[in-house]
Amino acid sequence: MDDSRRSFLRNAGLTAFATAQAAVPGARAAQEAKQDLPATYIFFNEQEAAFIDAATARLIPADDAGPGAREAGVPQYIDRQLAGAWGAGERLYRSGPWHAGEPTQGYQLPHTPAELFRKALRGIAQDVRKQRGADFEALSEADQDAYLTSLQDEKRDLDGVPSDVFFATLLEATLEGFFSDPVYGGNRDMVSWKMIGFPGAYANYYHLVDRHGMAFDQPPVGLADDGRGRMRLHPMRMAADTPAPGTRASHAGAHGGEKGE
Amino acid sequence: MATRMKEADAVLVGVGLVGTILGRELTRAGLRVVGLERGEPRSTVPDFQGPQMHDELRYAMRYALMQDTAKETVTFRNRKDQLALPVRRWNSFLPGTGVGGAAVHWNGQTYRFQDSDFRMRTRTEERYGKDFLAPEITIQDWGVSAQDMEPHYDRFEYLLGVSGKAGHLQGRKVAGGNPFEDSRSREYPTPPMKEPYGSAMFRKAAEGLGYHPFPQPSANLSQPYTNPEGMTLNTCMFCGYCERFGCEHYAKSSPQTVLLPVLLKDERFELRANCQVQRINLDSDGKRATGVTYVDGSGRECEQPASLVILGSFALNNVRMMLLSGIGKPYDPESGAGTVGRNYAYQTTSGAQVFFERNVNINPFMRSGASGTVIADFVSDNFDHSSLGFVGGAYIGEVMSHGRPIEFHPTPPDTPAWGSEWKKAVIRHYNHTASLNVHGSSVAARSNYLDLDPTYRDAWGQPLLRMTFDFPENDIRMSAYLTERAVEIGRAMGGKQVSGSPRKGPYSVTKYQTTHNTGGTIMGADPSTSVVNPFLQSWDVPNLFVIGASNFPQNASYNPTDTVGALAYRAAEAIVQRYLQSPGPLVQT
Repeated sequence: MDDSRRSFLRNAGLTAFATAQAAVPGARAAQEAKQDLPATYIFFNEQEAAFIDAATARLIPADDAGPGAREAGVPQYIDRQLAGAWGAGERLYRSGPWHAGEPTQGYQLPHTPAELFRKALRGIAQDVRKQRGADFEALSEADQDAYLTSLQDEKRDLDGVPSDVFFATLLEATLEGFFSDPVYGGNRDMVSWKMIGFPGAYANYYHLVDRHGMAFDQPPVGLADDGRGRMRLHPMRMAADTPAPGTRASHAGAHGGEKGE
Repeated sequence: MATRMKEADAVLVGVGLVGTILGRELTRAGLRVVGLERGEPRSTVPDFQGPQMHDELRYAMRYALMQDTAKETVTFRNRKDQLALPVRRWNSFLPGTGVGGAAVHWNGQTYRFQDSDFRMRTRTEERYGKDFLAPEITIQDWGVSAQDMEPHYDRFEYLLGVSGKAGHLQGRKVAGGNPFEDSRSREYPTPPMKEPYGSAMFRKAAEGLGYHPFPQPSANLSQPYTNPEGMTLNTCMFCGYCERFGCEHYAKSSPQTVLLPVLLKDERFELRANCQVQRINLDSDGKRATGVTYVDGSGRECEQPASLVILGSFALNNVRMMLLSGIGKPYDPESGAGTVGRNYAYQTTSGAQVFFERNVNINPFMRSGASGTVIADFVSDNFDHSSLGFVGGAYIGEVMSHGRPIEFHPTPPDTPAWGSEWKKAVIRHYNHTASLNVHGSSVAARSNYLDLDPTYRDAWGQPLLRMTFDFPENDIRMSAYLTERAVEIGRAMGGKQVSGSPRKGPYSVTKYQTTHNTGGTIMGADPSTSVVNPFLQSWDVPNLFVIGASNFPQNASYNPTDTVGALAYRAAEAIVQRYLQSPGPLVQT
């Protein structure tokens, strides 16, 4: 992706973002300034990043309803996930033998998420040129949507990855990035939570739950907002929660209850 | 060469709900007990604290508290003529791991099974005739009655401090509770939780249709409570991070909040975490357990000799441990002979979504794991099945437990899965949708069973458990009938659009349904069709007790935990009062 196109996309996204922010109390100029920082990728190469940036912007577009995946930082979220433990196959049973299996048996490919993205994106780079005669990010929005739909509905081979499996993984990762806590790099400034009215990491609705149908209008809280005083260690500490002195800890690991707050 | 540890009076395989209860009862009886737990030691402070605990991605999507499938999973197929393949990532069910087990991340829905559940085969044949059940349905009686279970349910519920309203107290029906329950000896320890908006709408609609709504019994507490062990719990704050999370507020009953700290203070108890039990060892004639062999967190193989072995891990792992240890005869689906792995059952869940106008704020994030309102009119055999072509039933309720948006962003049917239309629909419906649960029973069937996989192994080199399961036709019919009842209630709630999703086959491991996996080491009065006797003692090895939802001969309409806890107390009582006086079979064959 050349620089002029990159900045064009970014500005296009910003316009929609700013429009949406106007409807939300407390729009922050500082957040908009952050949007102008160049995106840093640690997993994707430039060609891969161009596809992910453009594709996630079609899966959740910026529109008059508010910012989309691109403005929320979803491409950076996916990039960090793939560079980390999840990308490397954390909590994935990885022993063979490998068989395609039935749809009811779930994911049976030998690839970690990082391998799956790398192969599929390599496959897409060739496939999209063959099918559409241009790179994905250079297509019109309508053509991008049509191409993504073809990945979703067909089982085209993308360098060893069926296109429907890749599409499902990409869509799932996009939703995760859009809706997860901002500490992971997506849902920047909690844009998705503001859009739907999810208050985030609040810890207490006890006094509100029986005010049926109330309009809850407090701004959302994220994991990094500890300082706002709404999240804290529980003030009540049961005496019984700390094992008495002399409780024997084993050689294999002491009980965590001994580590007090 | 295994390191031989100092002999214990009893060894626990698993320190979750069952292990903690048995550990407490056995140490109290004077036994020296070693508890082996494969996962991490954990406690409310510091492990379950906010803000980190309120992280949907880490806990709800990446399963931070669950058994690590990279090391240990199950293989699965729908039918015996298919090749079973590993469940490479959990989805359909989420077995927990770590000290406290699944009772750390559960929702806290705490129901008693009914007498009609415990006598399911007898009652079905009495009421509908011997030919009513299809030949492939292998439901059977439990060998206990509701009356046998009542004192143990009572004790377990008072340990947890369950919040609810009795509907049938000392033989008398009481308004406001569940009119279909068997008589209970005492009121619930604490009153019902506050009723959220969607649940209140459900109550009104269900009453209008002639049903009998009542507050879901909850182990997220409605008020502070000190249990008979001296542990104090707090009021639930409705934070919306309950199932798949640990409770930061000391408000969800779990081993850590109701019992474990008491047990850990007892010098007769020793907890060893990060210890993976490989097998139960037997003496040369295979009639007596001599202890267990495990691999500790440093990879060292150890042998723990013990006079008594308590197998109290997750249902699926109980079955696997019996098979790995060569105890009992594995079930053969061809001949129907053998018992270990027989009658694996699940839970037939479905739901209905109720889409409201924009001015109806449901506030789905103001929820607790077990708040809500349900009806039992279609539970178990509380309704006439004679013209319906199925047995079993479901509770129907508005029991939403959260509004976390990665998982919960409801859209009406026919909404595209992505793009601007999808986004508009998510914004339009997020705060204006209620979900109704249809929580259905699961009959046992001849072709559904568990055995060891011939190919795939765990990180320690042992065969994985192989699951062969599909929804029996009986349960598909049940789900269709009862999901339609839920849709009717949804319409009566004033939904502009109501969308029901009855459960359909084939069973798939790709979408979350429930972690109520049952059977495989089932209890019963007949050793030819059960693995343990009605006191949960192995028929083959009398100094081994196997305790968990693996004891259920089939699964009932309600959530299993109350019954697991009651069975644990019942087994503990039998061990302390009878077995220790005279070690040997508690039921003669």
